[in-house]
Amino acid sequence: MDKIGVLVTHKPLPYLEQELTRRGCRLFRLWESPESRRLEFCRQNAADIQAIVGNSNYGADAATIDALPKLEIVASFSVGLDKVDLPKCKERGIRVTNTPDVLTDDVADLAIGLAISVMRRIPSADKYARSGAWKKGEYTLTTRFSGKRVGILGLGRIGLAIAKRAEAFDCPISYYSRSEKPHPNYTYYSTPIDLASNCDILVVACALTEETRHIINRAVIDALGPKGVLINIGRGPHVDEPELVAALVEGRLGGAGLDVFENEPHVPEELFALDNVVLVPHVASATIETRTAMADLVLGNLEAHFLKKPLLTPVV
Amino acid sequence: MEKRICDVTNKEPQDKPEVLLLQPLSIYFEPILSQKYDLLKPWESPLPLNVFLPNHAQFVQAIISSGPNCLPIENSLLHLLPNLGIITAMTVGIDHIDLEACREKGVAVTNAGSTYSPDAADFAVGLLVDVLRQISMGDRFVRKGLWPVNGDGLLGAQVSGKRVGIVGLGSIGSHVAKRLTAFGCPISYFSRAPKPNYPSYKYFPNVLDLAHESDVLILSCALTAETQNIINRDVMIALGKDGIIINVGRGALIDEPELVRCLKEGVIGGAGLDVFVNEPEVPEELTYMENVVLSDHRAVTTPESFKGVLELAIANLDAFFSGKPLLSPVSC
Repeated sequence: MDKIGVLVTHKPLPYLEQELTRRGCRLFRLWESPESRRLEFCRQNAADIQAIVGNSNYGADAATIDALPKLEIVASFSVGLDKVDLPKCKERGIRVTNTPDVLTDDVADLAIGLAISVMRRIPSADKYARSGAWKKGEYTLTTRFSGKRVGILGLGRIGLAIAKRAEAFDCPISYYSRSEKPHPNYTYYSTPIDLASNCDILVVACALTEETRHIINRAVIDALGPKGVLINIGRGPHVDEPELVAALVEGRLGGAGLDVFENEPHVPEELFALDNVVLVPHVASATIETRTAMADLVLGNLEAHFLKKPLLTPVV
Repeated sequence: MEKRICDVTNKEPQDKPEVLLLQPLSIYFEPILSQKYDLLKPWESPLPLNVFLPNHAQFVQAIISSGPNCLPIENSLLHLLPNLGIITAMTVGIDHIDLEACREKGVAVTNAGSTYSPDAADFAVGLLVDVLRQISMGDRFVRKGLWPVNGDGLLGAQVSGKRVGIVGLGSIGSHVAKRLTAFGCPISYFSRAPKPNYPSYKYFPNVLDLAHESDVLILSCALTAETQNIINRDVMIALGKDGIIINVGRGALIDEPELVRCLKEGVIGGAGLDVFVNEPEVPEELTYMENVVLSDHRAVTTPESFKGVLELAIANLDAFFSGKPLLSPVSC
């Protein structure tokens, strides 16, 4: 990939940066420019940029694509492609790749970890145990996770991996999907509200598209109810965030485990005082093993493209 | 051994059976138990226990032992209760009861059986995912407002595929094994004897060998003379610098000062601890560490577990008082 110009939109994994450089790429570090100057940065370097490495926060929108006439491929360091203008790429003949499968287990592990964490109040317990205030007086009760009804929005790779884990906790599994899937053990509901009305823990595990934006709205939150728990390992915009915050603060929703937010890295501060929420900074694929595997997919896709070989994980 | 017959000629048949308490019952247990049994509460008397018991509890056949601060039950106490036939513990751990002395005196002991197992196992898994994936740490990071300041950068370790070594493959241990199998973790275990019911789990005859072949050790065995300090420095060295210890058993299963040293020195990678040697004291150095998750002995305190253990305790006591087989006797 000698002299290939790569626009890196975000601060990359050191391994990825090293490898791109080692293979001869010229890196254009978009994240180092302030947001207001980024389009300008693209235009200034347009003659040299043939590839973009984006992520879940900063992909390739229409304006960026328009600014880069030599762009041939967008290799996203993510499985979600909601930040890439896919129709525009198709139109321009730009290839798009993502990082499916390698992160499925990590995301599913975190989804279940968050659910247990919320229901058993683990971060709260940790804070209390460290505080020196622990006295062995009366018991603090938290509700059992095993056996609770788990509802999954989106039964793709990640949804299925979550279902497999939840089943080991004797959780009855139900799901909403665009169409019913051949899983006789899992109960299908044809609307998100029906799913929310019939589960205790609702997990968002679908792709973010026009149709699924704010799929978790006030009606769904109310259906999940004061004992219900929402787990979001999808994308922030899946959830109407102000409605979610209001419901949690007012006690209309029992709890939430959130890995993603509408405006990362900003998290609504009203949530900070609540002990029935667990907040993590978009870490569902954040293990050294998985990020390395994701980097290898990005590198493999880029190399394949510039060597005119078949792409490893093409979406467009 | 047979239960002793006590002299009940002074009591009306419809009187509730007398049951001795050694510590106050939790508000989650008291109302229902006091409806069914005449609860003797020695701490309400100014008399010391060794005077109270011979004078007011000489006919008592049953004790309910409950937490969060279980009074130890030793020979000296049993001597004062000649008619005692059963100790019903609301806990699953009964290391505070001298089982040998009970056996000699023909006193049956019942515990929580397997009612706590799902919650204990859930909590062990929850602690493990938290330590490896830095959930509590991430939660602190976000709440301190550090995400916009420091950006992304938290990088944890994968749970799937970690080799899990379970110390004690009893009810809790096997519930843990079932759960972590679904996370893609190969399961090994140490137990007093191999378990033919679990052919897919690899047995090790001692904890040191188990630790050599594991990335994670989960402690779910009873605390006995044999298992005290079963996790010592050698075991931790064998587990290795990325190794994680999860303890939902009893604090004294681990040499606690050595654990603190090993965490400080990087001999092991991290720990998730629900129990400590001298609760509610938590070694102060642990409270500054980011690679540990600590909790206040709450692994089984759920309404579901409490409902289960209450029903079981009543079933055991009712069986005892009507001469029927006990439901969750502990064999010594």
